Amino acid sequence: MNLLDLQNVTLRFGGLVAVDNVSFSVKQGEVFSLVGPNGAGKSTIFNMISRFYDPAEGDILFQGQSILKKASHDIPHLGIARTFQNIELFEQASVLQNLLVGRQRHRRSNVLEEILFLPKVRKQEHHHRLAVEHVIDFLDLQPYRDKFISGLPYGIRKVVEMGRALAIGPKLLLLDEPASGLSTEETQDVAFWIEDIKKVMGITVLMVEHDMHLVNSVSDRVLALADGKILTIGTPSEVQNHPDVIKAYIGSDEEDALT
Amino acid sequence: MRIIFKTSYDADIRYFRNRVPALWYLALLLMSIALPFIINEFWLGEFTLMLIWAIAGMGLMLLVGHSGQASLGHAAFMAVGAYSNVILQEYGLPFILSLPLAGFFAGLAGVLVAMPTTKLHGIYMAIATIAIGVLAEDLIVILAPWTGGVSGKFAPSIEIFGINFDRYGNVSGLYWLILGITCLIVLGYKNILRSPLGRSFMAIRDSEISAQAMGVNIARTRTISFALSCAITGISGALMGHFSLVFTNETFNIVISIYLLLMIVIGGLGFIQGAFIGAAIVTFLPSVISFSRDAFFSNSAIIPGIESGLFGAILIFVILFEPMGLYGRWLKIRSYFELFPFYRRDMFRRQKSYLKTERMR
Ligand SMILES: Nc1ncnc2c1ncn2[C@@H]1O[C@H](COP(=O)(O)OP(=O)(O)OP(=O)(O)O)[C@@H](O)[C@H]1O
Ligand SMILES: [Mg+2]
Repeated sequence: MNLLDLQNVTLRFGGLVAVDNVSFSVKQGEVFSLVGPNGAGKSTIFNMISRFYDPAEGDILFQGQSILKKASHDIPHLGIARTFQNIELFEQASVLQNLLVGRQRHRRSNVLEEILFLPKVRKQEHHHRLAVEHVIDFLDLQPYRDKFISGLPYGIRKVVEMGRALAIGPKLLLLDEPASGLSTEETQDVAFWIEDIKKVMGITVLMVEHDMHLVNSVSDRVLALADGKILTIGTPSEVQNHPDVIKAYIGSDEEDALT
Repeated sequence: MRIIFKTSYDADIRYFRNRVPALWYLALLLMSIALPFIINEFWLGEFTLMLIWAIAGMGLMLLVGHSGQASLGHAAFMAVGAYSNVILQEYGLPFILSLPLAGFFAGLAGVLVAMPTTKLHGIYMAIATIAIGVLAEDLIVILAPWTGGVSGKFAPSIEIFGINFDRYGNVSGLYWLILGITCLIVLGYKNILRSPLGRSFMAIRDSEISAQAMGVNIARTRTISFALSCAITGISGALMGHFSLVFTNETFNIVISIYLLLMIVIGGLGFIQGAFIGAAIVTFLPSVISFSRDAFFSNSAIIPGIESGLFGAILIFVILFEPMGLYGRWLKIRSYFELFPFYRRDMFRRQKSYLKTERMR
């Protein structure tokens, strides 16, 4: 079954065609990666799925339903979570509070009940914390639970972003460059986590990543994009050896990204 | 470093992290209750005024410190509270109903203001709210049949179940009453902060883009924060009416709005305690100035504008040297003693942070 379908999606920024007639489907339970040189339009595709941008043409379906009528804040309620390429955490709050914001989708109390902090609200808070503690254990964030984001190193922030997305309890997880700026060991951790997210948690993953080693080790299928156009879709090795893909990377100054 | 092990989820839901702060705040509360037996009626009046300012400060703190929006017109909502409270009492409602209703009407006014302005950010929001503050002063004059216009309104003394809380007749009673109201508002505020609503405020303050990606409806959350903020401020306005007995179109002017904002910045943005520290400064600075003037200058020359001048000077010092406000300074002193031999100079090193308006969307 297809979880996510993009159908002939086009997006222009003024004269620039950032995404040009792109169609692909992400199947339930797979890890699907988007690769391509800088400016290929990968993050723009994420931003359209998050409903930050409106595609000029085409349609985006989640579980067979168009999401183009939804507002940005409805998207996580459908079960789509995401991370940002340039970390977008809540800086003046602790790791725990950041993860708890992810539980917004599961909020079942109204403003008045929360001001009075009725027993119902407390019970709900316990449930939220139970869910968030699972994520904290999974990502080994225990030492940072009560630390403020503004004092955390880059690598930890990346992990917190992933944790916050997982706290939503999504069906589909969008990861925008989860390993950029991380050390080899940290990238290895990310690879294990993505495996577990897919196999243990049963969450479908759509990932943008430049580290081809990571892409090859976790992806079921890979889509190569350049200048907003699809070059090819296939298994990691098929894509990596595709002549158009090699050409696209040689054309940019990122040729060593493929090695 | 102290590592706190979690034994139950309530550990960080509770009002206090552990017994020590809980005992300190209990001591503070007991002190506050005993205050009428310790100080004279003049100073008790000053403390009552401080509590009223602190309530107004909490209202603005919720908006500015916790949900990251600006308002330079909050005195307008104090006015809504003050006028609706007295008008409702003139229609025969008892104080016990007119006060919450005054808060409700101020909150409603907040919603009306918030709806068209929630798309605005930073400086634009500030300008729009200044406009509202100015408009409110004019509206009070225009609506003279209800508001009394330039001749103002007279607040009757508060009566609850036959007990009279007169400003001069029952100074201790009025103080205790307002202390009780303050405590209730603090509890409600703390409850907001520890529930999903408070976290959604914090989310829109720190990153609107990822708040949306987490499922927070920005327009709705901003409207709610405006409504709650204005409701609290309205309650303080209603109490201010009873405290000052008479108020006119000039009582809740733009200077009050600015003082409210300075108050919470000096006290410490993002901390409930900051509202109280700021309120103490606003209330007691004039007395401190006049006492030191009498002590140091025999000719008792009156220097015009010295209060706002000193206030401005304090503000500049705070912003330059202590962006987290006086409460932030206290937190640093406290952790210095807690960690005594291990304190590092750069522990609170400032990270570069951006105002939301500075950040590219
Ligand atoms: N808000 C915007 N306004 C105008 N142009 C934009 C905007 N966002 C992206 N672009 C342009 O669209 C193109 C695609 O950008 P996008 O961010 O999707 O690239 P990307 O594939 O994610 O690249 P990278 O690997 O560097 O993250 C680029 O040419 C970029 O300059
Ligand atoms: Mg990108």
